[in-house]
Amino acid sequence: MRADRVWWMPPNGALHGVAIDRLMWWNLVALSSLFVLAHIFLFAAMMRRKKSTSPDTSSSWKRELLPLAGLTLLYAWMAVSAQRLWATIRYQGAAPNALQVEVTGMQFQWYFRYPGNDAVLGATRPELINAPAGNPLGLDRTDPHSADDIISSVLLLPAGREVDLRIRSIDVIHGFFIPGMRLKQNAVPGMEMHIHFTPSVVGDYPILCSQVCGSGHARMQSHLRVVSESEYQAWLASHEPHLTSGATR
Amino acid sequence: MSLRLQTERSPRWWLFTTDHRTIGIAYLLLSLAAVAVGTVLSIFMRIHLIAPDLKLPFWGVVPPEGYLALVTMHGTMMVFFVLTTGPVNGFASLVLPAQIGARRMALPLVNAISLWLTVVSFGVLLAAFLVRGGAPISGWTNYPPLSAIAAAGPGQATGMDLWLVSIGIFCLASVFGAINLLTTIVSKRCQGMTLMRMPLTVWAWLVTAVLILFAFSILLAAVVLLLSDRHLATSFFVPPGEVIDGLLVAPHANGSPMLWLHLFWFFGHPEVYIAILPAMGLTSSLLANFTRRPVLGYPFMVATTLAIGFFGLLVWGHHMFVSGMNPYAGTAFAFTTMAIAVPSSASVLGWLLMLLSGRESRVHPLPTPMLFTLGFLSFFIAGGLTGPILAQPVLDAYLHNTYFVVAHFHLIMAMAGMFSLFAGVYYWFPLMTGRLMNERLGKWHFWLSLVGAYATFLPMHFAGLAGQPRHYAQLTGSTSNLSSLLPLQTGITHSALFLATAQLLFLVNLIWSARRGRLAETNPWRATTMEWALDASECSVVRGPYDYRFDANLPDFILQCADEAEQE
Repeated sequence: MRADRVWWMPPNGALHGVAIDRLMWWNLVALSSLFVLAHIFLFAAMMRRKKSTSPDTSSSWKRELLPLAGLTLLYAWMAVSAQRLWATIRYQGAAPNALQVEVTGMQFQWYFRYPGNDAVLGATRPELINAPAGNPLGLDRTDPHSADDIISSVLLLPAGREVDLRIRSIDVIHGFFIPGMRLKQNAVPGMEMHIHFTPSVVGDYPILCSQVCGSGHARMQSHLRVVSESEYQAWLASHEPHLTSGATR
Repeated sequence: MSLRLQTERSPRWWLFTTDHRTIGIAYLLLSLAAVAVGTVLSIFMRIHLIAPDLKLPFWGVVPPEGYLALVTMHGTMMVFFVLTTGPVNGFASLVLPAQIGARRMALPLVNAISLWLTVVSFGVLLAAFLVRGGAPISGWTNYPPLSAIAAAGPGQATGMDLWLVSIGIFCLASVFGAINLLTTIVSKRCQGMTLMRMPLTVWAWLVTAVLILFAFSILLAAVVLLLSDRHLATSFFVPPGEVIDGLLVAPHANGSPMLWLHLFWFFGHPEVYIAILPAMGLTSSLLANFTRRPVLGYPFMVATTLAIGFFGLLVWGHHMFVSGMNPYAGTAFAFTTMAIAVPSSASVLGWLLMLLSGRESRVHPLPTPMLFTLGFLSFFIAGGLTGPILAQPVLDAYLHNTYFVVAHFHLIMAMAGMFSLFAGVYYWFPLMTGRLMNERLGKWHFWLSLVGAYATFLPMHFAGLAGQPRHYAQLTGSTSNLSSLLPLQTGITHSALFLATAQLLFLVNLIWSARRGRLAETNPWRATTMEWALDASECSVVRGPYDYRFDANLPDFILQCADEAEQE
């Protein structure tokens, strides 16, 4: 990470992040300027004017209508511009050919599951969850789709391809937050959240938990590694479960 | 009755009094205790964040869950027992009846019951520190299933139960208190005190009381449902298939944590306005008083108060943009939230204009209550302006639950709220003790607090922009970017220590002035509202609440209950 960006937003690595960063920048500039303006005004108003002998020109509250109209326009612009971006990013689901990855939050880890060659995630059942026995997600081994599922503790994605994350939790609410991807979505038990994005810049991005989830909340961290397509394919191949030979589809 | 007993001041009298002023003082003392404890907790948090291995007094080395317990209890105390109890029940009990020309509250007994329920609630909350497992760790919002399942963490067993019981009692107390305030304002106004002649503080309490009825009834219901999920095996908030610590939790039917989020924030957002509306009313009154000018556009200010109250009930979803709520709902809440920025901005513009037009006439040098009012205004602007950013779902999706939000609400709610509380205490101190607070100490208190508060909370914006989430007990871990924020957080901790230390000046001032402060004349601030009248109970009001005039030939203010003849 570049040193000069330490106390600012980390470099953006997602396709949709460019527009968000631009919007954030304009908002911060506009509102910081208002902050400074208001305080200049405040201090100016505190400067004591010599008592004039001329009759006081009484002030009317109507004088605030013009600046208020200006502010209202500013807020309206903010609401509308942000809304358009929000709609683009969140109103529609991922493209049908998007990469499918399941994200599961649990105290205090993230697990990532790839569907494997059959492109279908195997069934999971809570009563089968047994982390010490190597089944942290409760994968149902009797389901033929589950045989080739890849479970990983880092999220590895190819650059330039849209990914559709299905985010869930097996215990409490977690917050799936990748600052570098300008992405945040709570993982809520009993629900499956979909969020889609396209990582565009190769690199290593921290994944954090943004919703207090218990005593280990602060250490519920993981990594997103955005790699090239060939590296991604190689990683998939090397992580393919060995038991897959039996499961034919 | 109260007058006779007041001379004796037996413990029995303190316990059973229904005298509204005494109750007001008791509420404020409770707030003082809560703010003292809450501040110490926050200092412990700040120290732990930069020096996790340090042994703290009373606490020892803080474990991660200890940090979260500190966060939870700090937030709960400050929001409920300081920012709600102080400005609403404390100040209203102290001055509301006099401001509307009433001798007493409409329901004095209900007022007293409300006070004692609040005290019990505070005691139950504090008890959570002492039970096995300690205080709850799920933050003041206590999202289930973390708050619904005892095994989900230390403090989530008995500690969580105590929290829920405490807040349940607090809800009852608040609803009782609001019924009393509402009844008093509706039925006890003296002759001539029409609605449009009420001081803006009274308007604020009126709107606040209505908001409390909505918000706290819902919270009470939510708390009862959650207790029922915990102990009666219901499933309002808990979905099936919960696995905690590798063990399947006893089966639940189809509950949803989202229901809690909606119920909680339907309370939680109006709560913000419950805390800040009285401060806004007080600000208008004090600016009028110290600029010796009427409130600019009184009906306009009333309208903004009503508009903020109305929109305040419609914006709760902006806490839930990334919670799993439908993105279309996010859009709706974004627009209502942006809409509430308009009446809020209108209030600020009105205050700024009052300052401008009062440049010649204002009191000089600025007395302490005026300084704190200006501090309120500064924080209200600073914290308010980040509101529109967080109101945009697409930007909030990055900033949600980061230090940016912590900075936002500490400026607009905590600092603005506290500064207004200070303004009110410095201003109304003569009504409580017959004495004025020390100006010199007060000014030092103001300037040090102002610097300390900005030094503490402005840098948090940058930690938030860098993506640091809230509720993190440590800045280590496998990801590298958090530890780079350590220098920033170290600076913030030092500022926070400075800010907290500066509050000792206030304590010293309180104690010293209550005993030795300059004796106050009847109306030391030459104010127009009737809490300063010698006896306003037999009056009939013929004018608005802010009759300040800037004219060398006439007295520059007229008490609201003064006779017509007197002003001629």
